Amino acid sequence: MLGIITGIIEQGLIFGIVALGINISYRILNFPDLSVDGTFPLGAAVTSALILLGVNPWICLLASFFAGVLAGALTGVLNVHLRIKDLLSGILMMTALYSVNYRVVGAPNKFLMGETTIFTTAGRFLPASFLPYAPLLVILLITIVAKLVLDWYLRTKSGFLLKSVGDNEGLVVALAQNPGKIKIIGLAIANGLVALAGSVNCQRIVQFDISSGVGTMVMGLAAVIIGTTVLKKLSFFNLTTKVIIGMIIYKACITIAIASGLQSSDMNFIITVLFVVTLVSNDMLAGRRKERA
Amino acid sequence: MLELKDINKTFNKGTVNEKVLFSDFNLQIPKGQFVCVVGSNGSGKTTLLNVVSGDMFVDSGKVFVDGEDFTNLKNFVRAKKIARVFQNPAMGTCPSMTIIENLSIADNKLRPFNLTKGLNTKRRDFYKTTLQQLGLGLENRLDTKVATLSGGQRQALALIMATLVTPDLLLLDEHTAALDPKSSDIVMELTQKIIEEKKITTLMVTHNLRYATQYGNRCIMMHEGTAVLDVCDMEKKNQSIDDLLKIFNEISIECGN
Repeated sequence: MLGIITGIIEQGLIFGIVALGINISYRILNFPDLSVDGTFPLGAAVTSALILLGVNPWICLLASFFAGVLAGALTGVLNVHLRIKDLLSGILMMTALYSVNYRVVGAPNKFLMGETTIFTTAGRFLPASFLPYAPLLVILLITIVAKLVLDWYLRTKSGFLLKSVGDNEGLVVALAQNPGKIKIIGLAIANGLVALAGSVNCQRIVQFDISSGVGTMVMGLAAVIIGTTVLKKLSFFNLTTKVIIGMIIYKACITIAIASGLQSSDMNFIITVLFVVTLVSNDMLAGRRKERA
Repeated sequence: MLELKDINKTFNKGTVNEKVLFSDFNLQIPKGQFVCVVGSNGSGKTTLLNVVSGDMFVDSGKVFVDGEDFTNLKNFVRAKKIARVFQNPAMGTCPSMTIIENLSIADNKLRPFNLTKGLNTKRRDFYKTTLQQLGLGLENRLDTKVATLSGGQRQALALIMATLVTPDLLLLDEHTAALDPKSSDIVMELTQKIIEEKKITTLMVTHNLRYATQYGNRCIMMHEGTAVLDVCDMEKKNQSIDDLLKIFNEISIECGN
């Protein structure tokens, strides 16, 4: 039982970083960015390739983040400069990344058994009694750092612009700033975070799987909606904390669904149902937002 | 200050709905002038502002601001010199951010939006006194989200934000039209005060003929892309609402509406 709960929290925290990214693209920028379905495995691909080359696993986290930043920026360029619709830009990037990920690793999946990961290195610094919780602690640390850095960024001048570009693009124009550029920066950060999560996940499950990104966007979106609607009243949590908790709740729901007799192959159906529920509730949310404006 | 030279603008070119709005339209506005533009719907008032702000490009002709050729510059580049307040109060502010956050970003215009702290806490007192003049009680609500403000409050805030860093040219696009009469008067008074204090060249589009006669030192009446009336200073002072309305009606009768 304890193992199950630890598992839920671990997964919730890893994918909580995904939710942080989708919070930027979907909620702040109003951009349904499907490229995350490609950047999540991109993080994993970059990580497994580098780890097999013997690169320090902590460096792999950074490398994955920057790979995601690059992919996200390209999605932004497709949308802003080449004027391709937002949804299509993401789908195109996701499709292209499938090939890129295959190239990076050279195979559709790869096991990293026995390789040095952030979890094996951290295990060396912890007393033996903490060892079973080492992964949880490491993941907690990374998620908290990601959250705090993002919180800090959103309080900077550049972060203020990012928040206003989704809210009111005209205001950004009035401030003599290029809204397209800010959109690209936002998508870069969002995809950087998602790739970072992909790297952590890959090191945790010690394998790379090219199809691991399927449903990333839907999952992240669900967590953002859960976090911002269910936890709406909890004012002592800020938005970034809420979306991470939203992801933990989402993962708990999925675990309960599987525990109650559903197979993992039923997941696609559950995800689809969740997708409809999130879209409908999101429409209601958007409707309310319109009324307020 | 602002010069429009031989502006041509046609909508829906090459279709049955083709409409020539401006043909060789010229307008010059000297520095410091406060121009009111009136005219019926479709007379080209808003297009005029869009052409100046860069939200719309001309088919041919030139747009100069301060002697600089703005014709091919994008809207956000022109915004370095031009500020604009829209009819919709939602357009000038960021609803999900607080009043002080909104003022902070507006205050940072023309400076880099880098990784330093976004909130300008040093200027908090200045923002308070600025908002105090409005008499809307906003000075005590610096940390509330703009989404919770009324239309009039948001428009007053939008006006302050647009002029916090003094622009060379201010465009007002029926900025009181969506407000109730009282809020509308408050915002108009504030507009007058700011323009006078900061000596900003202003182009104001309005449907309110009272404002058009009461404010500004030049009045232009637009009709089908031409200025059918253009009066300055003394002549404008003697112009009453009735005079304006008379010309307005004459034009409308000509059109058959």
